[in-house]
Amino acid sequence: MADPVIRCRNVWKAFGPDPAGHVRAVEGGAPLNADGHVVAVRDVSLEVRRGEMLVVMGLSGSGKSTLVRCLSRLIDVTGGQITIEGQDIGALSERDLIALRRRKMGMVFQSFGLLPNRTVLENVAFPLEMRGQERGARIARARAMLELVGLAEREDYYPRELSGGQQQRVGIARSLAIEPEIWFLDEPFSALDPLIRKEMQDEFLRLKALSERAIVFITHDFDEALRLADRIAIMKDGAIEQCDTADRIVLDPATEYVARFTAGVDRARVVHAGALIQPLNGVAVEGPPVASGDTIRVLARRLIEDERGLIPVADASGRVVGALQRKAALDLLVGEAP
Amino acid sequence: MSASLDQHAASVGNRSHPLQTWQILLALAFVLAVGKALLPPGLVRPPEWMILPFDDWINAAFDFIRNDLGLVVVTRAIADGIEWCLDVTGNLLYGRNRWPRIGPVPWSVVLVSMTMLGYALGGWRLAALAGGTILWIAVMGQWRWSMETLSVILVAAPVSVLLGLVTGVAAWRWRAFERVLNPLLNIAQSMPHFAYMIPVVVFIGVGPKAGAVVTIIFSVPPMIRLTLLGLRKVPSEVVEAGKMSGASQWNLLTRVRIPTARTEILIGVNQVIMQCLAMVVLASFIGMPGLGQRLLQMLQALRIGPAFEIGITIVLIAVTLDRLSRAWAMRKPVHHNPGTSWARRHRLWLIWAGLAVAAWLLAQMVPYFHIVARGQALSLAGPINAVVNAFLDVVSPFTEALRRFLIVQVLIPFRDAILWLPYTTVLAVVAAAGWALGGWRSALVCLAFIVPIAMTGWWDRAMITVYTVLTAVTVAALFGIPCGIWAAGKPSRARRTLLVCDTLQTFPSFIYLIPVVMLFGVSDVAVLAAVMVFAAVPLVRYTVEGLTGIAPEMLEAGQMNGATRWQALRHIRLPLAFPTLLVGFNQSVMFALFMVIIAAFIGTQDLGQEMQRALSATDVGKGLVLGFAVAFLGLMVDHLLMRWSDRVRTGNRRRQGAA
Repeated sequence: MADPVIRCRNVWKAFGPDPAGHVRAVEGGAPLNADGHVVAVRDVSLEVRRGEMLVVMGLSGSGKSTLVRCLSRLIDVTGGQITIEGQDIGALSERDLIALRRRKMGMVFQSFGLLPNRTVLENVAFPLEMRGQERGARIARARAMLELVGLAEREDYYPRELSGGQQQRVGIARSLAIEPEIWFLDEPFSALDPLIRKEMQDEFLRLKALSERAIVFITHDFDEALRLADRIAIMKDGAIEQCDTADRIVLDPATEYVARFTAGVDRARVVHAGALIQPLNGVAVEGPPVASGDTIRVLARRLIEDERGLIPVADASGRVVGALQRKAALDLLVGEAP
Repeated sequence: MSASLDQHAASVGNRSHPLQTWQILLALAFVLAVGKALLPPGLVRPPEWMILPFDDWINAAFDFIRNDLGLVVVTRAIADGIEWCLDVTGNLLYGRNRWPRIGPVPWSVVLVSMTMLGYALGGWRLAALAGGTILWIAVMGQWRWSMETLSVILVAAPVSVLLGLVTGVAAWRWRAFERVLNPLLNIAQSMPHFAYMIPVVVFIGVGPKAGAVVTIIFSVPPMIRLTLLGLRKVPSEVVEAGKMSGASQWNLLTRVRIPTARTEILIGVNQVIMQCLAMVVLASFIGMPGLGQRLLQMLQALRIGPAFEIGITIVLIAVTLDRLSRAWAMRKPVHHNPGTSWARRHRLWLIWAGLAVAAWLLAQMVPYFHIVARGQALSLAGPINAVVNAFLDVVSPFTEALRRFLIVQVLIPFRDAILWLPYTTVLAVVAAAGWALGGWRSALVCLAFIVPIAMTGWWDRAMITVYTVLTAVTVAALFGIPCGIWAAGKPSRARRTLLVCDTLQTFPSFIYLIPVVMLFGVSDVAVLAAVMVFAAVPLVRYTVEGLTGIAPEMLEAGQMNGATRWQALRHIRLPLAFPTLLVGFNQSVMFALFMVIIAAFIGTQDLGQEMQRALSATDVGKGLVLGFAVAFLGLMVDHLLMRWSDRVRTGNRRRQGAA
């Protein structure tokens, strides 16, 4: 596998009069929030690879927004190290940091962060303008981006003339204008109402498929995380409780806290056949296989009608990779604990 | 039953604290007043050794800066630059014989331009207001004076805006600078207008350029404040989006922060324009020609008709400038549909250009549309005089009686009583008030404001100012607050009242003197009436705002609990509106202080009168000492009332939180 694009090792972020001192104290066992200090990010280590999407999930105040701001160095970390393609971003000069953002990073914000005095087109062209791109080229590029998010008709509108969903499309178009290799999304759909949110999630999946990026997506909505993520990091009080695939989080929650989250989830919709397989170990299984990428819910009818005890599971290339125990899958389907 | 009674008794017992410090201080004040006859003279009047020659020190400092450091060369150079700008606007607007020698622009062209501007910013209503104002000025033969006044604003306002913007950005960027600037701004904004004039006269002399400079200086503070506010209010996500777009610090400031703070900055521009107008009218005292000078002459000659006419002109200009600049601040960008032609996009510009050319041609053919000659001007002075005289004939027995009664029975006794008080009593009362509202810190702050006044040697004058302000604000509250309560009764009424208050607040303070001089002549009562009316406006306004700004659930809860209207007012609305009301009182006192000083020229014996003398003698030291005395009085009241308001507010919140 390729080297991770973003790697973050033992990152701490504290706010207060003496953050560094406070972090040392907390590491030595002092309480988290004391003497006017608040620890927002606590000893976080994670990696994101190219083409991979990590969703950071947590309730408000869990430190997820602070974490993403550390990753983009909108704020400086108190302890630990963040590297982007092997480069320590904490050590970058202001000029190098700006250059890095101009070449590689895009970010989408919860309340859009659009400039009210510029038209939609000028907003999307803003990162290109900052990069010093020539006017004709950046207008053409911005138009193409608006086309991509379906707002070509509205390029002369001002942000306040658009609905929330449309404004966020502009935010997305702006963040993608420079073709970033790293894409940060800070609760991009939280300010939208549920129907629009669903629509935007579909749109997002479409855009995500267009190009291989390292994506960090922040949300407080567990269903959204399950729907979109390759891997999910669940945060509580600044620390990551569990960082794993959706299947693993649902099937094998690492802590009590994660278990509480997953309790209300319909597992059959989350868990894939591939996550339940057991190795063949020479046992012969007969008949047509099911795809490992399908969820148990999708396979429901097959599972009920198929009478085999062990059902072979094949990966995307058609090779059988293991077998699914029908009883275990049916248990999951009807909601009984395995 | 008896157990609960016991508990009740116990809780009452707990509540009776030992005597509080502020009560002791109040008692001390009382003892000092009662025992005045027994006091050593040093505790009755500030003793000689306590009075420091601040004015001599300031004069020496100014002399040093002016002559030894040669700052006067710099200031004269700046003033010359400003004079050059004044010459340009003067030439364009009223044909002053200076470069570029193309003026005066015909009034009909100005009329067309202002009407179009009004239309572009706010539709037909603003167009009618702006056009009507220009038409009135031209037809009534007030063109030259008005243009003299406006030509100064045209120079002063942009300079002021620029200065304020740069200073505001600097204060936003460097915390330390802001910390130094803040108290200075506080003092600057509570200094009466005249205190600004004297140093300017020392450095620049009298005349239009001095007037322009003082106008600029006077109107900068609100711009600084609003720039700072606007920059602070830029949403963090917009700034972060800018950073993530790879913007440098400079780009962030010029392309992200300042454009996003547009509304606040333009409200700052609005404030600057209004402050400029207020000051430019008053600058007539240092030889600024224009409307203010005419008004001053007419008032001094007691020629009510012409004074009234000029008053209307000033008011119209004030309202027009205010509404136009506010409409500009509130304007939101609107898109054009794709494919709109160039001519359509610039429709209003084209129409303006066409109309302006037409008006200019008309003016070339018919001189009346170029300049309304003296003989051609209409005047309402005659009819106004007649109406006013008829009115005065009817009311003068009443006003005369009222005046005599007030002076003899109320004002003089009250004034004498305040003057009779030993200064130590006043100090003790002030300390007690500070202690009661904000603990020992506030007590010290208040003393720090008032003790220096005792040390200036102007104690008695200051007490007369205090007496005037106290009386005026009390009377203003007595009719302003009931007015506000009545107005808040219905939403539509409240809206209209706020509109009237808004409009009244845009008037330059000088205007308020016209009707009172008309009714009461030149006397103490006239001063008091002007101060009172001026001070009542913020009171009415904040009463209405406080009462209408209450969350509807509160009132609905009250109704469901079966409160009558009176109970709802007494127990829900007034207590919740109280902090806002205190803000109103605060502004009321500030306004009263400003007005008292301005009213000096119709005859008072307070700090304002002395300031006028200092102005005519260009005595900087004395002028600034008096200015600081007024500012300190204002700041002390401000401190007390704001502390009180904070206390009530947090108390309210705590109670709500507990519920």
